Amino acid sequence: MATDRPAPAIAFDRITKRFGAVVANRGVSFEIGAGTIHGIIGENGAGKSTLMSILYGFYQADTGEIRLDGRPARIANTADAIRLGIGMVHQHFVLVETFTVLENLALGREGGLMLQPGIARARAAARAIEAAYGLAVDLDARVEDLPVGSRQRVEILKALYRGAEILILDEPTGVLTPDEAQQLFQILRRLKSEGKTVLLITHKLKEIMAVTDRVTVMRAGAVVGDVATADTDETDLAERMVGRKLAALPDRVPVMPTTPILSARALRIVDAGGVERVKSVDLDLRPGEIVGIAGVSGNGQSELMAALAGLAPLAGGTLTWDGAPVPALGRARALRRLGLGHIPEDRHKSGMVGPFEAWETSVLGYHRDAGHAHGAWLRPGFIRALTARRMVEYDVRPRDARLRTSAFSGGNQQKLICAREMARGPKVLLVGQPTRGVDVGAIEQIHARLRALKHEGTAILLVSVELDEILALADRILVMVDGRFTGELDRSEASERALGLLMAGVHGAAA
Amino acid sequence: MSRDLPWPIDYVLIPALNLALAFLAGAVVLGLIGVSPGAALGTLLDGAFGSLDGAGYTLYYATTFIFTGLAVAIPYQAGLFNIGGEGQAMLGGLGVTIVCQAMGGYPLWLVLPLAIGAAMIGGAAWAALPAVLQVKRGSHIVITTIMFNFLASALMTYLLIDMLRAPGDPSPETAAFPASTALPYAHEWAAHLGLAMEESPLNLSFVVALILAFLVWLFIRRSLWGYEIRATGHNPSAAAYAAIPVDRVTVLAVCLGGACAGLVGINEVMGVLHRLVLGFTAGAGIVGIAVALMGRNHPFGIVLSAILFGALYQGGAELAFDYPQVTRDIIVVMDGLVILFCGALENMLRVPVTRAWARWRTVPA
Amino acid sequence: MGIGFDGMSRRSFGRAVAGTAAAGFAGLGPWRVALAATFEPALIYDYGGKFDRSFNQAAYDGAERFKKETGLTYREFEITNESQREQSMLQLAKRGAALIVGVGFGHQAAMTKVATQYPKVRFTIIDAVVDLPNVQSIVFREQECCFLVGMIAALTSKTGKVGFVGGMDVPLIRRFAAGYAQGAKFARPDVEVLQTMTGTTVSAWNDPARGSELARSQFDRGADVVFAAAGATGLGVLQAAADAKKFSIGCDSNQNALHPGSVLTSMVKRVDVATYNAMMAAKDDKWQAGTLSLGLKDDGLDYAIDDNNRSLITPEIKARVDQAKADIIAGRIVPIDVAAQ
Repeated sequence: MATDRPAPAIAFDRITKRFGAVVANRGVSFEIGAGTIHGIIGENGAGKSTLMSILYGFYQADTGEIRLDGRPARIANTADAIRLGIGMVHQHFVLVETFTVLENLALGREGGLMLQPGIARARAAARAIEAAYGLAVDLDARVEDLPVGSRQRVEILKALYRGAEILILDEPTGVLTPDEAQQLFQILRRLKSEGKTVLLITHKLKEIMAVTDRVTVMRAGAVVGDVATADTDETDLAERMVGRKLAALPDRVPVMPTTPILSARALRIVDAGGVERVKSVDLDLRPGEIVGIAGVSGNGQSELMAALAGLAPLAGGTLTWDGAPVPALGRARALRRLGLGHIPEDRHKSGMVGPFEAWETSVLGYHRDAGHAHGAWLRPGFIRALTARRMVEYDVRPRDARLRTSAFSGGNQQKLICAREMARGPKVLLVGQPTRGVDVGAIEQIHARLRALKHEGTAILLVSVELDEILALADRILVMVDGRFTGELDRSEASERALGLLMAGVHGAAA
Repeated sequence: MSRDLPWPIDYVLIPALNLALAFLAGAVVLGLIGVSPGAALGTLLDGAFGSLDGAGYTLYYATTFIFTGLAVAIPYQAGLFNIGGEGQAMLGGLGVTIVCQAMGGYPLWLVLPLAIGAAMIGGAAWAALPAVLQVKRGSHIVITTIMFNFLASALMTYLLIDMLRAPGDPSPETAAFPASTALPYAHEWAAHLGLAMEESPLNLSFVVALILAFLVWLFIRRSLWGYEIRATGHNPSAAAYAAIPVDRVTVLAVCLGGACAGLVGINEVMGVLHRLVLGFTAGAGIVGIAVALMGRNHPFGIVLSAILFGALYQGGAELAFDYPQVTRDIIVVMDGLVILFCGALENMLRVPVTRAWARWRTVPA
Repeated sequence: MGIGFDGMSRRSFGRAVAGTAAAGFAGLGPWRVALAATFEPALIYDYGGKFDRSFNQAAYDGAERFKKETGLTYREFEITNESQREQSMLQLAKRGAALIVGVGFGHQAAMTKVATQYPKVRFTIIDAVVDLPNVQSIVFREQECCFLVGMIAALTSKTGKVGFVGGMDVPLIRRFAAGYAQGAKFARPDVEVLQTMTGTTVSAWNDPARGSELARSQFDRGADVVFAAAGATGLGVLQAAADAKKFSIGCDSNQNALHPGSVLTSMVKRVDVATYNAMMAAKDDKWQAGTLSLGLKDDGLDYAIDDNNRSLITPEIKARVDQAKADIIAGRIVPIDVAAQ
C-alpha cells in the first residue's frame, strides 16, 4: 500500500453492468491509490475489460459510481475520460501505421487548419515527456517500421501527451518479448515515481508480482480479492482467480523413438518482398512428441508454420507426409485431409472469422468434411449441436453456438479454435502461441489437452515466445534465429537460461 | 455484444427514421419550387401504391432492382464491389434475345428456364473477366466493371445497329419476339381470377425475383460455397488458412452477381419490351448499388429496398406527370436524397438510437 | 416554365370534337364528351429532354407557339427509362389527351402498342413510321438537306477536309453522315470527310465537353469545317470551332446566332413546325393519319441563311447549292438514305 493521501485516485463504488441476461460487473467496489501501480487479474469474462471500458467511457454503468480523487465523475464517452486525465493503452494498438510517431501524436489535436504548428507543439511536448519518463522513441519514424515494443511506447506517449494522470494498460505484455516486457516495467516504475497512477490488466501472475503495489482479483463479474501484492503469492492469486485448487503438473512420459509423420528437408521460404525468411531447415515431427520452437518473434517461426500447413509456397526443399511427398498444388487442403490440425498464432487474423456465428467458426477449414456438409449444403443443425457439445467440453463461455465469434473474449475464442483443431484427433498439430492473451485457467486447460493429444499419438509442433510454455510442454526444443535452427535441446537439458543464451547468441539482443 | 440492436430496431425503425428524414429534406426541396409537400407525397404514394396498376409499375421496377441489388450483394459478401450490373444486365438481355428469337412456338415452360439460363450466363460471362483480372492481376474490380459497362454499351450498339436490327427500322432494336415467348402479365392473371386490374408491366419475372432472393439467401447462408464466399469476404487470410481456394471463390461470387444482373433481361426484354432495345437497362445497374446499400446487402433487405426504389420511380413519374414544376431532374434529386439518408448516412442515426435503446433498456432492468 | 393547367382541366379529358370525328367518340361515354370543353394535346420527349437546344427543344418550341396562338395548354413528359415511354403514353391516352405527340423514333414500339389499344386517340410520331389508322407519322428526308450543307462545307473548306460529329451512333445519325458526305463529294470529288460518333449511350446526346474534344481532334487532322449532328453535344462542337477560328454547321434548330462568324449555316429540321402543325390540325379537326415525309420540297428542311452568316457564304457557293436544291426537289439528284437500307 503506497497511499496515505486523503482520497484514492479512482474509487469504484458498487458498479453493476448487464448485457442482456449476462451480468458483466456485479457490485464491483475497490479503490486505487494515487501514484500506485494497481493490478487487476481475472479469467477471460471475469469482467475486467468491461470495468475498464466503463472507466474509459465506452460503456455506462447501469448502477454505481466512479469517483476520481474523491469527486463523482460522469464519463459519458472517451472524450470525457481523456479530459479527466485517463489514458488507455489498448491490447491492439490504435495507431495509423503509415504516419510517423509525431503525426500519430498530433492526430486529433492538430489545433487548426494548418498541420505544422500542431506538429511543432507535439514535438516539443513529446520531447519533454520522453525526458521525464525515459520513453525513448524516434519521433520521425513511421509506425509501420517500428517493432511492437516501440509501438507500445508510442501508445503510452500518446496517452501522456493527452494529459493522462491515470494510465490503463490492457494485457500490455501479450505481444512483447521478455526483454521488451522488462523495459516496459521500467517505464511503469518511472511513471509511478513521477506520481502517475497505473492500472495494469493482465493474467500473468509473474508480472503482477513483479511490478504492482496492490492487486484486485475478479471472478464472474465480482471482486473476489483485493490485497497488497506483498501479502500474496502466485499460487494464492491463481486459485482465487480460478476459484479452485490448481492441479499439479503431471510427470513427463519419455518419448519412444518412432518414424516421423511430417518431415521437412532443406526447406526455404522467401516472402513477397524477396527476403529469405527460412534458410534451409530440416524438421521431423513424430507421433507422440511435442517439438517446441523457441525464439524471439520474427525469426522465421511464423513462415515455417505457414509452410508446414501448406499455406506458403516453398522456395526450396521438400515436404513429406508418411514418407510421401505432398504436392504443391492444393497443399493446404491435402494436408488437412491427411489429418493436419493448425492452431494459428494470430487467431484474429487467420483462426476465425469475426462476424461468423460460433458454429460457423467452429468448422472453419473442416466445413467440407463428411458430417458437416451434405452435398453442397452445410448442416447447421448438426454443426450447432456439435459446437454446443464442444463448448461444454472445452468450457467456452458463453455457451451460445449462435453468438458472433467476435463477441467472445479472446480466451474463449482461443478455446473455440483449439476445440476445432483438436477435437478431430489430428495426426499432426501445428500450434502457434496457443496461450497468447489467455488466462491462467484456460492455459492450464489448453496445456492439459496438448499433453493428452500427445499421449494419443499426435505429433505436435509448438511455436511460442513464452519460454515457460515451451519448457512445460516440449519434449525437444529447437531454437530458431534468423531463419535457421541454431540449437536443439532435449527437455532434460533445457532451461530458461540455456534457451535465452541460444536465442540471443547468434542474433544479439531482441529487436 | 452491447452494440447489437434487436432486429426490429435495426431493420425497421432505423430505416424508417432515415426514410422520414429523406422525405423531410425532399419536402423542403418541393416547397422551394412551389409544390405543396403534403400533396406531392400524397401523389407519390397514391401513384406508387394507390391503384393496382400503380402498384404493378412499382413492383415491376422493383423486380429489376432486386436483380441488380443482388448483383451487388453477392460479390459484396466476398468483399468486392460490383459496379458492373449495368453491363452485365445488357449481356443478360442479349442472352434472353437469342433464346426468345430461336424458340418461337415452343411452350413457355420450356422457353423460360432456357431464357433464365441464357440471361444468367450472359451476365456471368460479362462479370467473369473483371473478376479474373482482379484475382490474377490485382486490377481493381470497381474500375474494371465500370469500364466493362462502357464496353457492353458499345457492343450492344454495334450488335443492335449492324447485326440484330430489324431491316428498315430506324430504331436500334431487334424485331419483336414471337408472341409465344412473352411472359404473362400480372393483369392477365388478374383477369383470369376475375379481378379488374389495369395494364401494368408487372409480369412473372417478379416471382422469379422473389424466388431468386430466397435462393440467394439460402445459398449465402447455408451452402458450402456461400460459407466460403463469406469467409473470404470477412477475412481472406482466415479463408486461406481454412484451405479455401480464395481466388476461385472470389471469381465465383462476382460471376453469380453478374448472373443476377443478367436476369434484368428476363423482366425487361422478355417480360415487357418483347424485343431487345438499346439502353433498355436505363441505369438500373447503378440504382442496384443504392438498393444493395440500403438493403444492407441482405437478400430480404434488398427486396424491401427495391420496392422502395420502385415506389420512388413510379410515384416520381406520377409526380412529374401531375406537377409541371416537378421535372425529371427534381425526381433525381429526390432519389438522391433517399440514397443519401438511407444509404450513405445510414450510420448517422444508428449511434443515437443505439444509445437511446441502451438507456431505455437498462432502466427497467 | 409556366406550362400549367388549372384544376378543372387537370383531370378533364378535353378534346375538340367536331364534324366527322364526332361519331367515333360515341363509345367513350357521355361524361367525357360532356367535359370536352378544352382541347389539350400532349408531348412526350425523348431522353435528351425538352431543353436540349436541338431536336426535343424544337418540338417544345412548336408546342409553345401553339399555346401562345391558341391560348390552350398542353401536357408534357420527359422520359428517363424505356418503360416510361409506354407508361406515359398510356396515362395520357387514358386521361383522354386530344393528341399525343411522340418526339423521337424511340417511341415507335410503345406507340404501336398504345395506339392499337386506344384506336380512338390520335397519335403523332416524329422520326419514325407507325402504320396504324390513328397514327400520323412524320419523317424527314434529312439526307437531302445534309447533302446541301455537305456541299457548303466542301466548297468553303480551304484544306479540302471537312468533319462530321454525330451524337449517338444510331441509324438516323448515319443517314445524316451519309447525306453530308455525299453532298461534299458531289461538290468537290477530292474532299476528305472525317466522321466521328460521340458514343454509344444516350449520354452521347448530352456531352458538350466531349463534343468539343472531338471537334478539336478533327481540326488537328486538318478539317476546317465541322457539322455537328449531336443534340446538346453539338454545342461543344460549335464552341470549339469558334475558339479555333474554324467553321461549324449547326443542326435541327437554327444555331447560326450561337457563334456569328463561325457557324457557317445550320441544317434546320422543322420539328417545331411539324409539332405545331400537328397540334393545330388536330385542334381544327384537319388532322389526318398516315405518313408525312418531309424534305426540301415541303419546307420541312432547309439550310439557314440569316444576318449572322450571310457574309460567310459567297454568292457562287449559294448559287451552286440552290441549284442542287432545285435538282433534289425535281428528283434529278437523289441523296441516299442509308437508314432505309
